[in-house]
Parts: sequence; structure tokens; C-alpha cells
Amino acid sequence: MKCGSRLERLIAGGEFVVTAELGPPMGASLEAVDRKAEFLRGNVDAINVTDNQTAVVRMSSASVAIRLVQLGLEPIMQMTARDRNRIAIQSEWLGAAAWGVQNCLCITGDHQSFSRAGKLLGHPGSKNVYDMDSIQLVRTLRIMRDEHRFQGGDPLEEGMPCRMLVGAAWTPLGDPIPFRVTRLAKKIAAGAEFIQTQGVYDMDAFRQQMKKVVDRGLHERAAIMVGIIVPKSAGMLKYMNKAVAGVSVPEEIINRFDGKKGSKAHAEGIAVTAELIQQAREIEGVRGVHIMAIEWEEKIPEIVTAAGLLPRPQVEDDVAETVAENA
Amino acid sequence: MIIAQRKKFEELLEMVRPYRRVLVLGCGGCVTVCNAGGEKEAGLLATELRLAARTHGLDLEVKTETITRQCDPEFVEAITTPLAEIDAILSTACGVGVNFLTERITDRRITVLPALNTSFYGATESHGEWSEKCAGCGNCVLHLTGGLCPVGRCAKTLSNGPCGGSNNGKCEINTDADCIWAAIVERMEELGRLEELERIEEPRDWSTARHGGPRKTVREDLKI
Repeated sequence: MKCGSRLERLIAGGEFVVTAELGPPMGASLEAVDRKAEFLRGNVDAINVTDNQTAVVRMSSASVAIRLVQLGLEPIMQMTARDRNRIAIQSEWLGAAAWGVQNCLCITGDHQSFSRAGKLLGHPGSKNVYDMDSIQLVRTLRIMRDEHRFQGGDPLEEGMPCRMLVGAAWTPLGDPIPFRVTRLAKKIAAGAEFIQTQGVYDMDAFRQQMKKVVDRGLHERAAIMVGIIVPKSAGMLKYMNKAVAGVSVPEEIINRFDGKKGSKAHAEGIAVTAELIQQAREIEGVRGVHIMAIEWEEKIPEIVTAAGLLPRPQVEDDVAETVAENA
Repeated sequence: MIIAQRKKFEELLEMVRPYRRVLVLGCGGCVTVCNAGGEKEAGLLATELRLAARTHGLDLEVKTETITRQCDPEFVEAITTPLAEIDAILSTACGVGVNFLTERITDRRITVLPALNTSFYGATESHGEWSEKCAGCGNCVLHLTGGLCPVGRCAKTLSNGPCGGSNNGKCEINTDADCIWAAIVERMEELGRLEELERIEEPRDWSTARHGGPRKTVREDLKI
């Protein structure tokens, strides 16, 4: 085991892993974090903590990830290349790892121009960083963990390893589509051990991409988890289809929401999600699912139940804890 | 070349308001080619200022002159307008010209003001349209990317291929911006060199770019 995280052990054990996303609050209180966390407890294997997603200021991913550790949950801290240079990123990894955060998803990050959307003013005039890209982030974290040195070459202090399982994102249906498998191959070659994809709705197109992935043997070198963005309405799907790069929604999925509003649309969204998960499980090379219920974490128990993902497997520590609690 | 755009006239009028005698100094270099600050534009700006001064009842005397380049001592030293007769220079050169004039002008009383916003290093796409091609990062990678620059032309300066925001050849920031990585992939394929993009590029050394502080080059072989 490289870091001994629950995620690493479940992947090594060949389990179909389940993760979900938790969006940090736009304020300085842990109450919202704690509340959302309880919807996920026992329903998923690890929890992604987003890093100022869509470039909107939120509580930092490291601090929320640490909170999840305190709550006895397993975070996957997301780290974007947008806001921090290599000095800040490596420093953040040291701190988070020291507090028990054992997984990190390395991503490029949405451009700051995304922050102005809907009712939000955002910070479109901010300066971006992108000192390293996502692939370089992956490589840097692997070097810190496995070779105990920083990107610049200095060694980490003796006996203070930075243990983290290293992940990367993948947009399988992004343009230019033929190059996307190469991007995945580069991320895995750089050291990504698990992959979480952008939201997939078009399972046929995804299946075709996965065939190329399997042909290259990439699925054996990293655990690929399909991302599913839980749809809430036809409007949301149409918006994503039009505005979110790399996400294409087949007409028949959008049509399922015809004439459905409120709770009926929500129920349909959960049914669609469960079906997509079932379909994804059948695809060769898929090792898990990453559920993105954006500001809808309370629906996770219902979704994983509908998708037949319960109960979640236990790992040795969990068993030991349960035994201790029962004693 | 360096592409620049003239500032709004109202801003320029406010800028020159504290001065009585202003020289609008044109530049015959890049800004002439991009129609922002050559002889013609400097002349037009001087005329506009004179008219506005009359309209607003300002005591403003405006002269104009254009030199070959504002970034070269031999041309700066050859300004023919008597410096004693002016209080400020409104330069229609790029920021390089404004800085260079400020440092080199012999009459230290004179303030040098920028008439332009210096935008980028770019090329003429068509008459009246210019776009950025280079960031002047000091460490060229164009031989690796099919002659198209990911440092100057990718919104995220990515080194290892397109991010997830590439959409139908366009960038996620807006549909007017091309995704340069999509173009690089296409170009490398055209050249039969696509497999070269499988190579992982290490984190860049940005010290050759502006991040290393102000830059200077010295060619000992050319020094007199």
C-alpha cells in the first residue's frame, strides 16, 4: 500500500468503488459541511471535496477535507492548478497529509471567467496561476510521495512522508475526442492511480472511448471511475449539453423529463442516475462511479440505494472499529 | 509586432489637463503597422485635443511629431520639437516607448504620458484584426508544438494538451477564442508527429518569463 487509504485498499481489493462530491460552503462555518457529510456517511467509499469549483470562492478544499477526516470520513481533496503555484500546492499537500488526508485529485481547474455566472459576480478580473498543469501536478505529487522530494529537488524532511493516493480527472468525450485517450494515457504515465471522469450521459460514446482505453491496457494501470452528474431537470440537461464542454446529453435522456417538474423531475433524475450507473458497471475497464449531486448531497442515500450500491464494503480498519464499538 | 489600442479620448483629455504645452509623439514602429500610434494617428489625436481644448476652454497648446522608433536612442535623441517648449509628451508608442522616453528624455521636467494600451505580441489576421501569438516567455517550445504556442495562446498556459474545456475547436473562456491545443493536435497530426504529444512535459521554468523579474539581454559581441 502506498498510502493505505480506504480508497486504495478497496481498489486493490477489486471492489467497485463509489465516491461522491461535497461542495464546500461560501462562508466560514463547518455546519454545512457536517450536515452534508452525514448524507454521505456509509453510502460512499470516499468523498471528493471540490476546490473552488467554477472559480467561485468557497471554503478551501484542504480545510474541508481535514474536517471530514475529523468526522471519521475519507476525503479526496481536489487540487486545481488555477490558484496556486508549485510552492503553495506542495505546501498544501504537506499540511493536508499531516492531518490525515490520504487522497488527492489533481485537476487543471475552470478558468476564472467561469466565476461570473447566474446571480454571482465572481472574480473574472483575478490573475490566474497555472504554474503547473494537471499532469505536472500528478507527477509532482508522486515524486513527493515516492521519492520524498519536492518538485524543485529538495528532500522532504526525514521521516515525514507525504502519503497520498494520486488521482486525475478525465473528460472522455471532450474535444478533440481522438486525443482524449492520449490525455488519459499521459495522466496515468505521470502517476495517476485513480481516474474520475467528467459527467457522462452518452454511454454509447463513452463505451467506444473505453474500448480504446482497454486496448491500450490503461484500465489495468489506474482505477477508472465514471462520473455521473445527477440531473434535476430538463433545463439543467439542456444547459449542460450546450454550455459544458465535454458533456453531451442524448435527446432520449432529456425527453424523459418532458412535462415533469419539481418532485417528479427529481425522481426521474434519480432514476436516470441509477440507470446510468448500472450501464457504466457493465463497461469493461470501469472500476467505480463518481456521483456528482451538485448542491444535492442529501439525495445520495436514495441514489446509491436505487443503483444497488449498498451496502458499501468494509475494509479492515472499519471491521476493527466495528468490533471495538460492539465490545 | 506589438499590438496596441488607443485609450479612450476622455481618459487622454483628463491625462493632459494638468499640462499647458503637450507634444503628441507618434512612433513609426509596430504601432504604425497596427494603426494605433503612427504619424496619422498622432496627427488625428493632436487635432482632437486642440478641438476639445477649444470646446472646454482649456489653455492647451498641442504640437505633434513622429519619430522612426521610440525604443531606440538614436531616434529619441533626434526629436526636433524644442523640448523647452513642451511640458508633457503624450506618446502614441507602446509601453516600451513611454518607458524609454521617460528614461532618456534630457529635459527632466517633461512628463511622458501613454496614449495607448499596449495589448500583446500579435499578427494581422485581416485588415483591422490582430491576434496574440506569443507571450515572450523566454523559453520557446514552438518546435515541440507544431509551431503554435500553448504559452501565449492557451488561457491556462498548459503544456500537456487540451484541458476539458476544449469545445469544437474553441476555448472554454468564450466561443470567440480558439483552443490552441485543439489546433496543435490537428497540426501535429497533419505533420505525422502526433505521437510526440504523448511525451510528458515537465513543469516549466518560468524564470525566463516575467516571473523571474525584469529581463535584459546583453550581446557582448555587439557591444561597442
